[in-house]
Amino acid sequence: MAKCIGKRLLYMLISLWLIITATFFFMRIAPGNPFTSEKKLPPEIEANLNAHFGLDKPWYAQYGDYLLRILKWDFGPSFKYKAQTVNDLISEGFPVSAALGLEAILLAVAFGIILGIIAALKHNKWQDYTAMIVAVLGISVPSFIMATFLQYFLAIKMGIFPVARWESFMHTVLPAIALGSTPMAFIARLTRSSMLEVLSNDYIKTAKAKGLSSGVITVKHAIRNALLPVVTYMGPLTAGILTGSFVIEKIFGIPGLGSHFVTSISNRDYTVIMGVTVFYSILLLLSILLVDIAYGIIDPRIKLAGGKKGE
Amino acid sequence: MQISKDKFQLVGTHLTDAEKISKPSLSFWKDVFVRFKKNKLAIFGLVLLIILIIMAIAGPHMTPYDYATNDLSNKNKAPSSEHWFGTDDLGRDVFTRTWEGARISIFIGVAAALIDLFIGVLWGGISGYKGGRTDEFMMRLADVLYGVPYLLLVILLMVVLGQGLGTMILAMTITGWINMARIVRGQVLSLKSQEYVLAAKTLGASTSRIMAKHLIPNSMAPILVTMTLTIPNAIFTEAFLSYLGLGLTPPLASWGTMANDGLPALRYYPWRLFFPATFICLTIFAFNVVGDGLRDALDPRLRK
Repeated sequence: MAKCIGKRLLYMLISLWLIITATFFFMRIAPGNPFTSEKKLPPEIEANLNAHFGLDKPWYAQYGDYLLRILKWDFGPSFKYKAQTVNDLISEGFPVSAALGLEAILLAVAFGIILGIIAALKHNKWQDYTAMIVAVLGISVPSFIMATFLQYFLAIKMGIFPVARWESFMHTVLPAIALGSTPMAFIARLTRSSMLEVLSNDYIKTAKAKGLSSGVITVKHAIRNALLPVVTYMGPLTAGILTGSFVIEKIFGIPGLGSHFVTSISNRDYTVIMGVTVFYSILLLLSILLVDIAYGIIDPRIKLAGGKKGE
Repeated sequence: MQISKDKFQLVGTHLTDAEKISKPSLSFWKDVFVRFKKNKLAIFGLVLLIILIIMAIAGPHMTPYDYATNDLSNKNKAPSSEHWFGTDDLGRDVFTRTWEGARISIFIGVAAALIDLFIGVLWGGISGYKGGRTDEFMMRLADVLYGVPYLLLVILLMVVLGQGLGTMILAMTITGWINMARIVRGQVLSLKSQEYVLAAKTLGASTSRIMAKHLIPNSMAPILVTMTLTIPNAIFTEAFLSYLGLGLTPPLASWGTMANDGLPALRYYPWRLFFPATFICLTIFAFNVVGDGLRDALDPRLRK
């Protein structure tokens, strides 16, 4: 187990290094420099600015500095907003994004599982078809379109929910639904198919033969095993929620990290783009690793990929 | 109970008749088609898809308007008999632009899927067939790339390379092929130890011949399914990027850019967002159900 995790960790670090290096060189070849603006800066000032941000050093020194700074969890200053560092942006925006993301994940997992279980228990009945049509719709409607429609109908037209901003619980409902709808649909389908598989197993028959009620069978025997594949989906789920939040936060005017990221893209604020990209990558890779470890613990039959089986 | 003997009649045995196959033999693809036809949702998706493609070809010619020409005297007109889907803030006909956008969105999806297919089949095929060190190296490389978050990389590339159709497809395919490569590798790994491959080897067939004639055709089913499911993903990514303002440059119209343009006007001119958004959903829906239907039809064992 420890060996597998070590191996995983190594790949993760290589991926991360690749991302960091790519962002660094991308930033260097990106069009325009951070101080390009309408007015031409006097050369002395530009030289000063370059010196201040270390841009006058040769590229390998800058690259080394950058790697060292990331090791110290310092993503550098923002080129556009003089008073703010990328760390400030992260510590300010991330709690908001995390709250929204967690709410969406909870929503997706809870409703997805319930929908999937109902569909499997009522296999080939109208409940099943309804649940699966809801799921296909959820997969087909991209989160940002869901967000706009929810905003238009429920907030602007009917006024049930606030249109935008991030103040009370009511403000969080629509963005969380929009963000969670696609993963919910995936989870529903996943739960349904794994539930159907589990229900056809012999031990379910045994439980029935013992005379257990169907409720007990479902809860004690079927669901526990059927939820294993859902756990594997948690990694991609986190990724989807994270990247999905970029547009959702933009649409609902939520001051999270995602909307900072989007603003920095349109501002061409390269240090922020890099910093946030690296931050998100670390977060994603970590969550995928955690999910894998959790899966290995929950289901002892599974050896982590690259473990003993492969060698 | 008594049944008189004359109720029975000797049919006789004909050896040739007993061997006769009464049902016409179905080729694999015919069989797939028969199964596919039974799936109503998939057929619905296929019909929808065909309509969408026909409209993408014919739609822009059905109106007297051009997708890029501004007409400032006709700004933000609601849908009417003149402008079926209304007009946008520059007086451009939304109907024409929607189908022009269909062309671009579907083109992006298909192009991304084809490039993924090409690289993925090559990479996965070689990796799976060669095995050993080569396989280890190629798959580790793919693993590392796979760890890179897809959308973040695409966003980063779009920022760096600038907006445009070509860069968008490049950005999507740079890690998009990995999924295909993994699937092809898995297929090839399990197929290459089959007897007919051994037979082909014994007969002296070259590696490329075995790949092209035996391994790839027999992996077609999962490849096809992955492709149909890559297309909606690419269409989604395009719309997503356009929504972030990283899409195509005007006056090109894709559904994503149109939806992005329509977003600020949602309160007063909802049709500018409504039409492109609806068609994004319909197309993704159609490709998804067709892909699901194909998967079920190609591999009935997977059917749930």
